[in-house]
Amino acid sequence: MAASFSKISPGTVFVTDTLLQARQLSLTLDKREILRDISLQIKGGQIVTLIGPNGAGKTSLVKLALGLLNPTKGHVERRKNLRIGYMPQRMHIDASMPISVQKFLQLAVRARPEHIASVLDELSASHLLQAQIHSLSGGEMQRILLARALIQDPELLVLDEPMQGVDITGQAELYALIAAIRDRHHCGVLMVSHDLHLVMSATDEVICLNQHVCCHGLPEQVSQDPAYLELFGTKEAKALAVYTHHHNHSHDLSGEIVGKDYADRSHG
Amino acid sequence: MRIARMADFVLRALAAGLLVALIAGPLGCFVVWRRMAYFGDTLAHSALLGISFSLLLDINLQFAVIFACLAIALLLVQMESKHHLATDTILGILAHSSLAFGLVMLSFTNSNINLMAYLFGDLLTVSELDLVWIASGVTAALVLLWLNWNRLLTITLHQELAQVEGLQAAKIRLLLMLLIATVIALSMHVVGILLITSLMIIPPACARGFSSSPEKMAFSASLIGCIAVCCGLLTSFYLDTPSGPSIVVCAAVLFFISSLFRQ
Repeated sequence: MAASFSKISPGTVFVTDTLLQARQLSLTLDKREILRDISLQIKGGQIVTLIGPNGAGKTSLVKLALGLLNPTKGHVERRKNLRIGYMPQRMHIDASMPISVQKFLQLAVRARPEHIASVLDELSASHLLQAQIHSLSGGEMQRILLARALIQDPELLVLDEPMQGVDITGQAELYALIAAIRDRHHCGVLMVSHDLHLVMSATDEVICLNQHVCCHGLPEQVSQDPAYLELFGTKEAKALAVYTHHHNHSHDLSGEIVGKDYADRSHG
Repeated sequence: MRIARMADFVLRALAAGLLVALIAGPLGCFVVWRRMAYFGDTLAHSALLGISFSLLLDINLQFAVIFACLAIALLLVQMESKHHLATDTILGILAHSSLAFGLVMLSFTNSNINLMAYLFGDLLTVSELDLVWIASGVTAALVLLWLNWNRLLTITLHQELAQVEGLQAAKIRLLLMLLIATVIALSMHVVGILLITSLMIIPPACARGFSSSPEKMAFSASLIGCIAVCCGLLTSFYLDTPSGPSIVVCAAVLFFISSLFRQ
């Protein structure tokens, strides 16, 4: 079992470094079970990636971690005064609101002008400062949302499908950027991946979610798949990895687990 | 003497109209940005409920209206979470049932009120006391709006992001509802409860084309609202048309002119 899933015993060196610890979370909304018995832990400098099909409860789990939803069972412990930078899945700004990137970033609760400048510089997005939000491309908008999260000076960065609306080369750049941010700021990262098969090589822990944790662990070594190398070029492809894993059970159409291995719940 | 008195009520009408336009502009921007036009309409309809309560129980009109609007707003939030109906259906149910309920209640009061004045406004009957109410209400609303401007913008952009950043979104939304209820209570005399929403949404819609920031849009909306009030009162004065609808007609004309100049 990977370190991040092991029960913490008091006194180990990791305890102080733990940013967020979720224990046996279950969530039922409208009599529908969204999540069941989920435990996870995020430490400083660690990247945890959630993958799973649509409706697997990825966004719900993120909302539980952020405290935007309360679990039906179990509980979430966040380190005291934990600074969280959150990049939501969708930012729909009504077209009737005229707003520049600068004003948008200034609205961040902890924004300071020199800080905004340095964060934009780090994301190579300084040229967007005066642009209107509505004129940004999908990739530019994601960078600005990431900037807004970084302005919080986060200890934990929570990214809900950061690759949305980003073209495929932009995705590789953004993944590299997130890894660089982690290295520089030593923050923990909880990320929902947009793709079942594509996760960062820098990920320390991949959690495959389908209402419960199907499996988890380190992603495999960078893919040598010629198709990827062709798509991204050798250099960019190094930031990508294909995560293949073997389920010990399968799901039927309604997400119920079928197969004999479920009984011993060896998958955690 | 007669002329002096006439000038008096015209000035009072102008002052009341301008004050209301001043707050309706920036607050209306939030109504437009958050797509709350039907919400505003629903609250405005429920104002009649407040009016009939105020007459039945002999309590202050403005407070009764603010209270009725807030009650309907909270009822809406409740119903939204419990029913499987779309928000616009719930809004329609609340708007029309509260209007109908208000009219039924009014029939129990013996007072001989001028219903038309409440429904479509009658600026020329604004009394000095009304003006004091409007002036203090508008000042309070402007101060609250000014102090909470960035917070309101932040929850309008993304409520959950605002919450994660530490804002109490529920409180700020309640403040927005309170402000809208207050403006409805104050602008009843100006355009009447059936036309109030237009004073909140037409000036911001008009201002959008010329604005590059939320603040500029709010400021322009106030200005455009004031122009509409002045033109509307002049029209009403010279052509002897009803003042509330004249103001809304002028705002609408300004909107169509402004859309001609937009790319």
